[in-house]
Amino acid sequence: MISIKLHQVNELLEAEVITGEELLDLTVNYGFGCDLISDSLSFSRPDCLLLTGLTNIQIIRVAEMVEAKAIVFVRGKKPGTEIIEMSRQKKIPLMSTKRFLFESCGILYQHGLRSY
Amino acid sequence: MQLEFEIKGMDFARAGEAAAKIKKALQMVGMEVETIRKTLVVAYEAELNVVIHAYAGTLTAKISPDAVEIKVMDEGPGIADIELAMQEGYSTAPSNIREMGFGAGMGLPNIERCSDQMELTSEVNQGTLLTAIIFNRTSGEK
Repeated sequence: MISIKLHQVNELLEAEVITGEELLDLTVNYGFGCDLISDSLSFSRPDCLLLTGLTNIQIIRVAEMVEAKAIVFVRGKKPGTEIIEMSRQKKIPLMSTKRFLFESCGILYQHGLRSY
Repeated sequence: MQLEFEIKGMDFARAGEAAAKIKKALQMVGMEVETIRKTLVVAYEAELNVVIHAYAGTLTAKISPDAVEIKVMDEGPGIADIELAMQEGYSTAPSNIREMGFGAGMGLPNIERCSDQMELTSEVNQGTLLTAIIFNRTSGEK
């Protein structure tokens, strides 16, 4: 298992940190990319990095429930203030990258991050 | 231990709170990790089904050392064809719900997969009753 630090994820995906700048020293053990709530809940695992194009409040709830470490929003998506505030409270760092989901997952895979 | 939650239709801001609280309770009493994960899927999917499709509902979680029982009763349009609703990919969710990442037709199949026993009954224009039991064990999805 290869772990990657969040600041490395941020650099690799040329992402923007939306919240949780102080938590970027945390590491993620797995990656999971998905645009469906049900699948995110069923198939992601604790300590994963969740990559998604969904920006509604339910993705934060799912991330909290599955104990995901952080979320990267792909395709340049950015969540609303309510969601940013909720993530701040729950200490779930949020990042946004202009890259597509496929490309983002590919880059992280290339650098050693694997699926569960 | 028994937990009970009221669920309101279309209340997406609070949707998922019941499932999150059930998870915390299960962790506190020391249930198996796999039991917690499966219960979470069952409770969340069932809760969201009420939010998406019904007007109001009640979710009850009965926790014992051997198993968790999730019971969800709602007032709503009901399910006309349960067999069809159980098929993966079948959904009646409108497009605005699908845009939120729901409505892929995986809710009920996911509930069934994560339950050891499941019973679903429904009356059109009245409501739906779902009972799912998850045994407390270290592994095993259907």
